[in-house]
Amino acid sequence: METKNIMIVGVGGQGTLLTSRILGGIMLSAGYDVKLSEVHGMAQRGGSVVTYVRYGEKVAEPIVEEGCADVLIAFERLEALRYAHFLKKNGVLIVNDQRIDPMPVVTGAAEYPADIIKNLSKDYKVYSIDAQTEALKMGNAKVFNIIVLGLAAKHMDFSKEQWLKVIEETVPPKTIDINKAAFIKGFEF
Amino acid sequence: MLGNAAIARGAYEAGVKVSAAYPGTPSTEISENLVNYKEIYCEWSPNEKVACEVAIGASMAGARSMCSMKHVGLNVASDPLYSVSYIGVNGGMVLVVADDPGLYSSQNEQDTRMIGRASMVPVIEPSDSQEAKDYIKYAFELSEKYDTPVIMRTTTRLGHSQGLVTLEERKEIPDKPYEKNIQKNVMMPGMAKKRHVFVEERLKKMAEDGASMPINRIEWGDKKLGFITSGIAYQYVKEVCPDASVLKLGLLNPLPKTLIADFAKEIETLYIFEELEPVIEEQVRAMGIKCIGKEAFTIQGEYSANMLRKVLKGSEPETKAQEVPARPPILCPGCPHRSVYTALKNLKIHAAGDIGCYTLGAVAPLNVVDTAVCMGSSISTLHGMEKAKGKDYVKNWVAVIGDSTFLHTGVNSLMNMVYNKATGTVMILDNSTTGMTGHQDHAATGKTLMGEPTYAIDIYNLCKSMGIEHVVEVSSFDQAGLTKAIKEETARDEVSVIICQAPCALLKGQKFPNVCKPVSDKCKKCGACLKPGCPALTKNADGTVSIDVTMCNGCGLCKQMCKFDAIECVER
Repeated sequence: METKNIMIVGVGGQGTLLTSRILGGIMLSAGYDVKLSEVHGMAQRGGSVVTYVRYGEKVAEPIVEEGCADVLIAFERLEALRYAHFLKKNGVLIVNDQRIDPMPVVTGAAEYPADIIKNLSKDYKVYSIDAQTEALKMGNAKVFNIIVLGLAAKHMDFSKEQWLKVIEETVPPKTIDINKAAFIKGFEF
Repeated sequence: MLGNAAIARGAYEAGVKVSAAYPGTPSTEISENLVNYKEIYCEWSPNEKVACEVAIGASMAGARSMCSMKHVGLNVASDPLYSVSYIGVNGGMVLVVADDPGLYSSQNEQDTRMIGRASMVPVIEPSDSQEAKDYIKYAFELSEKYDTPVIMRTTTRLGHSQGLVTLEERKEIPDKPYEKNIQKNVMMPGMAKKRHVFVEERLKKMAEDGASMPINRIEWGDKKLGFITSGIAYQYVKEVCPDASVLKLGLLNPLPKTLIADFAKEIETLYIFEELEPVIEEQVRAMGIKCIGKEAFTIQGEYSANMLRKVLKGSEPETKAQEVPARPPILCPGCPHRSVYTALKNLKIHAAGDIGCYTLGAVAPLNVVDTAVCMGSSISTLHGMEKAKGKDYVKNWVAVIGDSTFLHTGVNSLMNMVYNKATGTVMILDNSTTGMTGHQDHAATGKTLMGEPTYAIDIYNLCKSMGIEHVVEVSSFDQAGLTKAIKEETARDEVSVIICQAPCALLKGQKFPNVCKPVSDKCKKCGACLKPGCPALTKNADGTVSIDVTMCNGCGLCKQMCKFDAIECVER
């Protein structure tokens, strides 16, 4: 099988690391060779962050490059736009329909682009969800990332049961139930 | 397994007994993983020089020891490094040094292989998590066999990537007996002269033996196209040219020259594919071998498979990046540094900065920090300015330095100010942790890396003990108190210290009980609350302000900024 490429992008602090670990876990459990690459340090402080997950029979490089991603999971609209060109021509783009202003927008030095999702839909298969609102409805704003992951999981080759098992093994024990519920919310969206 | 976790595992399996380090991205997780292995003593030392010397002492005593640091940390540790190169080891000693091509979290892009060459210390480099674990074990064998410290160089991409790793059991290594040997362990000129001869011989021997070391290997393929490569760059070669011939080097200093010559003579077109400096390339060229290197590939930044594709095949990705607003890192909501910088900004004070999250005070919207050189530099650069321009010149300047950075190397600079009769105000931004690298303990937090309670250095009394009369403590969130302290202390014709105290907003249990909430009918749309640049606040179309409750930490800085009581603190 050809190596598959997944990217998770977002704003530092949104929980891309946990999401990528769940992704890595499911591929490992399915018997693939997996490589993950993540960002630590200064870039985590509210900056643009990106995590790469690659799986297949034998994976060499740990990063996903421009024009190579099968699935791009974006936790924020502007970050979806920033990294959309990493997708293959027919790639799947999962977007959390949330806006977080970067500092140049806050200070008035730049404008937040309008109609991001509409414009991206012209070139890619885009699936969006307002996971923030859905998570608040569930009573825990933090689990929005797992809702987004659930939506992404619909476009990947693993069963719901496989996902739930890996979530159970990966997230902190106290948060297993809420994370499973969040995943199902996204998966059935 | 994360590359850095694999390094820790390798050290465990290799029977390491002592480890010392100072946190620094991308090396921090090595110690954070090591501490899970109860057989190993591990510590955070105040800086990399100390960490290196701790490892030297443990090695002299006969145990396997290691220290880990980021690339610039090796500059701090280079004094002991150059000497221990001559001294060699008793128990094996390995330094893990993490380079940062692409500058994800560093102030420069230096290449540790160059320091290995300069200090005549062997350098090895793994290319994935499995090798990271295997190579560190091999490094200890090399160290003991050749009587040398060994540097294992990694990069951000290696340390922060995960791959599959096969685990093995720990092998307990009995301590080597200690024997007093001043010819080897005391570096006075007479002894060092002889050891220098030994060091040169050692490198020659290792270069010869390199051809048969398992970490250097030739993967024969199509001989029209060949690569000499190492580390993560090897993975990009395998991705793009799986059929080419590859000489994968694990030993980067000294280079196994006969192996290189044997490989090169079979290859029609030879590429040297190495991140950062042309370390392999220059030596290969010096052997009279034709190759293509930095004329095709950049010295700056991180490599990728696409970069190699472009050079070899002229192919560019079909998709193009869009122009979008940048999203640089920022101070977190509720960060005490933002409050301190707001007070400095309002008083139009310049800050000589240092290394940590608070370096972000250099950029919009705070724009307070004017300089940032290296760990501990803020205090001494301010001192230099005063000596160049006179004491009145620094009355609208301060030095800002974090608590961990102050204990790292800032404390020496403060001593210097006192000794050399300086004028100047030093603000220690005490957030009770090493923030940027993800909350490591240090000598003033009262807890060791291994989780034991310990004596906490009292920064206030430390400053007082140096003879500084005016040491003021103030809460980082008290705007009035900060303003008063800064005005008073910068006016003095002597050294003064302001310790700004408030824990890092990301430390466990540091959330304020309340959240901030705008009261729209009182809002005069003046925008004062937006000036500190808290990411939880956004300006609405009508000029009023929204506060994101999920982001707000409840620090109340925006409330203090508002003159019209249009922001209130309410229960979560």
